[in-house]
Amino acid sequence: MNARTDLQAYKAHSMSRRLVALAIALLLLLALIALGATWGSVHIPPSAVVRLCSARLMGGGVPADWPRSWETILFQIRIPRVVLGALVGMTLAVAGAVYQALFRNPLADPYLIGVSSGASFGATVAIYFIWRFAWGGLNAISLAAFAGALLATAAIYSLARVGGRTPVTTLILAGVALGALLSAGTTFLMFTARDAFHTIHVLGWLMGSLALANWGEVQAILPYLIVGFSIIGWHAHTLNVLQLDEDQAQALGIAVERVKGILIIAASLATAAAVSVSGVIGFVGLIVPHIVRLIWGPDYRFLLPMSAVVGGVALILADGLARTLLSPRELPLGVVTALVGAPFFLYLLRQQKREVF
Amino acid sequence: MVDTYPLEITDLSFAYYERPVLESVNLRLMPGEVVGLIGPNGAGKSTLIKLAAGLLRPSGGSVKLFGRPPTGWKQRDLARVLALVPQGAYLPPTFTVWESALLGRTPYLGFLGIASERDRRVTRQALEWVGILHLADRFVGEISGGERQRVVLARALAQEPRCLLLDEPTTHLDIHHQVSILSLVRQLAAKEGVAVLTVLHDMNLAATFADRLVLLVDGRVIAQGTPAKVLSYERLAAIYGESVAVFPRPDNGDRPAILPRPATEKLS
Repeated sequence: MNARTDLQAYKAHSMSRRLVALAIALLLLLALIALGATWGSVHIPPSAVVRLCSARLMGGGVPADWPRSWETILFQIRIPRVVLGALVGMTLAVAGAVYQALFRNPLADPYLIGVSSGASFGATVAIYFIWRFAWGGLNAISLAAFAGALLATAAIYSLARVGGRTPVTTLILAGVALGALLSAGTTFLMFTARDAFHTIHVLGWLMGSLALANWGEVQAILPYLIVGFSIIGWHAHTLNVLQLDEDQAQALGIAVERVKGILIIAASLATAAAVSVSGVIGFVGLIVPHIVRLIWGPDYRFLLPMSAVVGGVALILADGLARTLLSPRELPLGVVTALVGAPFFLYLLRQQKREVF
Repeated sequence: MVDTYPLEITDLSFAYYERPVLESVNLRLMPGEVVGLIGPNGAGKSTLIKLAAGLLRPSGGSVKLFGRPPTGWKQRDLARVLALVPQGAYLPPTFTVWESALLGRTPYLGFLGIASERDRRVTRQALEWVGILHLADRFVGEISGGERQRVVLARALAQEPRCLLLDEPTTHLDIHHQVSILSLVRQLAAKEGVAVLTVLHDMNLAATFADRLVLLVDGRVIAQGTPAKVLSYERLAAIYGESVAVFPRPDNGDRPAILPRPATEKLS
């Protein structure tokens, strides 16, 4: 009986209901961006955030009854941090959803084919050799991480290519193998670092953080996210078809190999950009699409935008916890996402009686 | 005579790595014709269907669909004229029957895959034809194997193909549904001129519903023609030993009926 009503409730989710849910989630995301700006060691009340923002947006007209330092804290530190968190969360969730459809594997996440191991290795190299250059709003660590992520993904993709086709199992296996190799390189560099500070720095990066977020980073990654999201969004229905096996998708008119390449490039580009400024943040890209799928079903035309919004919400909340749990110290973001995400996901899994994937 | 056949296979060979699966296969499909592909397990029937659908590349010879090799088609355009019902096709359990069948309209859909009134009408018609319109709102995960198989067939029909490739479309069906599905396929061929190539494991179904049979053994076509010609006792005995008996159908002497025959004593 329970399973039955559960099923009927699910079917009741018509398109209009879904759109309402999406609108509510979007409002929640915007509210959280404002709310997130109040969290931190200096308390700035939400009302002041609203007034500061409207003063900034409208020019004059709002009496400035706040300390000057609040403006700097809000506009130079907190808002870029919350915005960056939202963007990273959106990217991880969307890329995870793409990989889960592309690989027809519920365990797929944005890091499946080399993005995290490549980025980690790149960042570690930059820290180890104390690279100091910067370009386009990104520091050397971010640039090295971005390059590492893309190089690793490209290497895995070309290694897995057999006779004009790239079978997904070969891709996953090549990803695991090259990932292990790169992780060994990362560990080796950490182990042999002359300065323990470097090891800690790498470790902190590997576990993810938004502590150094600034507008430069937001601007630097935004183009990649826009391009990636546009391409992925354009293929939303194709991703529905790809949930069948590849032969069926091709028989239904999808140029499978070409689309697979395009989607891997789009998702990897966006994820690499996100990872380069946030470090490796686990679990968001894995569980957010599953949560959306559990509640609203597998239609990617809805699943993609909803995952993006829920991913943004999840990461802002996780970053809030990371900042406040051990305040004034910060917890690594990746620790919080796993700590909160894993039990929540297990709970959801136990609640459902239906097959999930 | 037609100048471009829906499907024209010429001197086709195929090998998985070094192992040859098909050798010098010739086969032509005409509009409105139902051709049954029969043969023992491992003869290469499914491989031939995949080659015909353009899912595999021939090692030698050629496949032409409406005059062009599969590689000469845009995938989307090909899916508007050619539909495939693969054997044991996987369907995600969280899709509804309706959503699954609507996927057949993929090659017609525009931006974001929004279905038009016509897409809906064609899909509804296809579901009705295969007799599962009443299941439209159910999840694929909660219907039976035979019903799932009919979803895949409905999806193929929703493509409005001119050529239909079926790999064992009736395996999980009871006899009533076997007959109704194959009758439907025959009607589509007769009324709409759809060309049909179907693998049929059951020789009686093949003998009853196909205009022409192609008998594939060890990757070679060893006989091609009317059911009565292909399914002679001598030929079947040569392939299957003396485990079969062949009679003319009592209600239609042109078509043979094949019955199993108990083996002679093995224990003595």
